[in-house]
Amino acid sequence: MADTPTRPDALIHARGLTKLFGSLVAVDAVDFDVDRGEAFGFLGPNGAGKTSTMRMIGCVSPASSGELRVLGMDPAVEGPRIRARLGVVPQADTLDRELRVAENLYTYARYFDIAGPVARKRTAELLDFVQLGDRWDDEVEPLSGGMKRRLAIARALISEPELLLLDEPTTGLDPQARHMVWDRLYRLKQRGVTIVLTTHYMDEAEQLCDRLVVMDKAKIVASGSPRELIERYATREVLELRFAIDAAPDLDGKLQGLADRVEVLPDRVLLYTDDGDAAAAAIHQRGLRPESTLVRRSTLEDVFLHITGRRLIE
Amino acid sequence: MSGALKVLSHHLRLYRRVWKGSVFVSFVSPVLYLASIGVGLGSLVSRGPAHAIGGVSYAAFIAPGLLAATAMMTASSETTFPIMARVYWMRTYDAMLASPLTVRDLVGGELLWLCFRLALVSVIFFVVMAAFHTVHSVQALFAIPVAILSGLAFGLPVMAWSAKQRTDTPFALLFRFVVTPLFVLGGTFFPIDRLPRLLEDIAWLTPLAHGVALTRALTTGQAALSSALGHVTVLAIYAAIGIAAALVTFRQELAR
Repeated sequence: MADTPTRPDALIHARGLTKLFGSLVAVDAVDFDVDRGEAFGFLGPNGAGKTSTMRMIGCVSPASSGELRVLGMDPAVEGPRIRARLGVVPQADTLDRELRVAENLYTYARYFDIAGPVARKRTAELLDFVQLGDRWDDEVEPLSGGMKRRLAIARALISEPELLLLDEPTTGLDPQARHMVWDRLYRLKQRGVTIVLTTHYMDEAEQLCDRLVVMDKAKIVASGSPRELIERYATREVLELRFAIDAAPDLDGKLQGLADRVEVLPDRVLLYTDDGDAAAAAIHQRGLRPESTLVRRSTLEDVFLHITGRRLIE
Repeated sequence: MSGALKVLSHHLRLYRRVWKGSVFVSFVSPVLYLASIGVGLGSLVSRGPAHAIGGVSYAAFIAPGLLAATAMMTASSETTFPIMARVYWMRTYDAMLASPLTVRDLVGGELLWLCFRLALVSVIFFVVMAAFHTVHSVQALFAIPVAILSGLAFGLPVMAWSAKQRTDTPFALLFRFVVTPLFVLGGTFFPIDRLPRLLEDIAWLTPLAHGVALTRALTTGQAALSSALGHVTVLAIYAAIGIAAALVTFRQELAR
C-alpha cells in the first residue's frame, strides 16, 4: 500500500497519516484513498484508531504527521472551507436537547450560511427522508435511539454535503433501527454522496461498503472490497462446532486434515473449508459429537480473526 | 454573518424559551436587596458616621456595589455549568465545530453572549436603582458598561477554566470559596479599607473590588478620571487574559 501512487482525483488522500496523543500512538502512519461516490469503511475493534482518523478527516483534530488532503484541500489550512462541504454524524450524538426536532436542523443550517427559506424547505425534505416528518415540533430527548441517529443524519445532510462521515452509525441500535439507517445510507449512496464510515460490525461493513480497510492497534492491516478480503483471508465456508460445556472433547489431532485452518475459540470451534457439509460429515465419522454444527458463509469477522488472531467484539 | 454571531444566535434561540423568567428574576433580585439591606438595614446604619461611606445614604452606598456584584454573579453562573455542558455534557461545541465554525468563533460567541446577559441584568438593575433614588449623577450611566466589564473580568477567566472541568464539584468550590467571599468582603457592603490590611491588599487584586469602586464613584458622582482609568485597565486586563486562556483551553478540549 505504501507505494500506491498519489491520486489527485481522490476525495480523501492520506499517506503516512499519524495521530499522537502524548506518547500514545492513536493512528500509526496509515495510507488510504477514498474515491468520489464510493462507500468506504474503517473496520476495527474499539481503540483501533478509527475515531481519531475520522476526526482528522473531519478537520477537527490536526494530524500529528503525514499527508492528508480532503476534497483536494489541506485540513490544516482550509479546515472551515472543507467542513462547509462535509456532513458529520459523530459517535456520541451531539443533538441539541434544548431545541425541538426541526429547530435542530435549521439552527444548524445557519452555521453553513444557508438562508432561512432554503433551510426550512430542506428541513422538511430531510425529516421526511429520515421518516421523522411527523416529529417536526417534538422534543429531542424522548426520541428512541434509532430516531435520534436518523435525526443526526438529517442534520448532517442540511448543507447537502458531498462527503458524509459517520462514526459507528448503528452502534447501540436495535436490528430494526439498524436496517432503517442502512436503508437511508444506501439511498444516499445511490444519489452520489460519498460515504465514509467506521464500524465494528462486519455485517454493516459487508452491507454498506464498496471498499474498506481493517484497522487494528492504530494500523491498517488489510484493505480491499468485502468480497476480496474474504477470498484472500478466509475460505468459502466456515463450519462452526459447539460442544456441551462439560463434555468438550480433547480435540488434539482429531480435526487434522479436515479444514484449511482451525480456530479454537472459548465458546466454539471454527473450521475454515470450501465445503462445510463434507467437513461436518467427516467429523461425525471420527466420532466427535458436537452439541451443534453450523455451516455458514465466511464473513469479515473471520478475516479479522485470521489477520489479528482476535475477535472484533470481545 | 460572522461565526461568533452565529453562536450568539444559537444561544439567543435557547434564551427565547426562558427569557420571561430570567428577566423577572433580574428585577426581583435587586428590589429585594435594596429594600431589605439598603432601606431596612440602612435605616440603622445611616445613623452612624456618614463620612465613612462617602456622605450618601447606605442604600446609595451599597446599590452600585450590588450592581457590580450582580454582574459577577451572573457572569459566574453563565460561565460555569453551561460551558461544561457545551463542552462535555451536551457536546454542543462538537456539533458546531463539525460545521465551518472555528474555536475562535466559539469563544467570540460566548463573549458576545456574556455581554448580552450582563447588559440585560445591568440595565434592569440600574432602573431599579433609579427607582430607589440611589442614582446621584448623570455620569452614573457609565456604571452600566463598567458593570458589564466587571462581569467579563471575572467570567472570562472562569470560562477558560470551566472548559477543562468534567464534574461539577469544582464549581461548588468556586462559588463557596471565591464568589461568596468576594460578594461579602469585596467592598459591596462596607468599604474595603475597613478590612485587615492583608485582606484589603488581597481584595484589590480581585476584579470585583475595582468594579465596585468604579461603579460607586460613578453613581455617587465622585468619579475622578485618573482612578477610573486605573480600575478600567485592571478589569480589561482580566478580561483579555480570560479570552486568551479560553482560546487555549477550548482548543485543548475540543480540537485535540
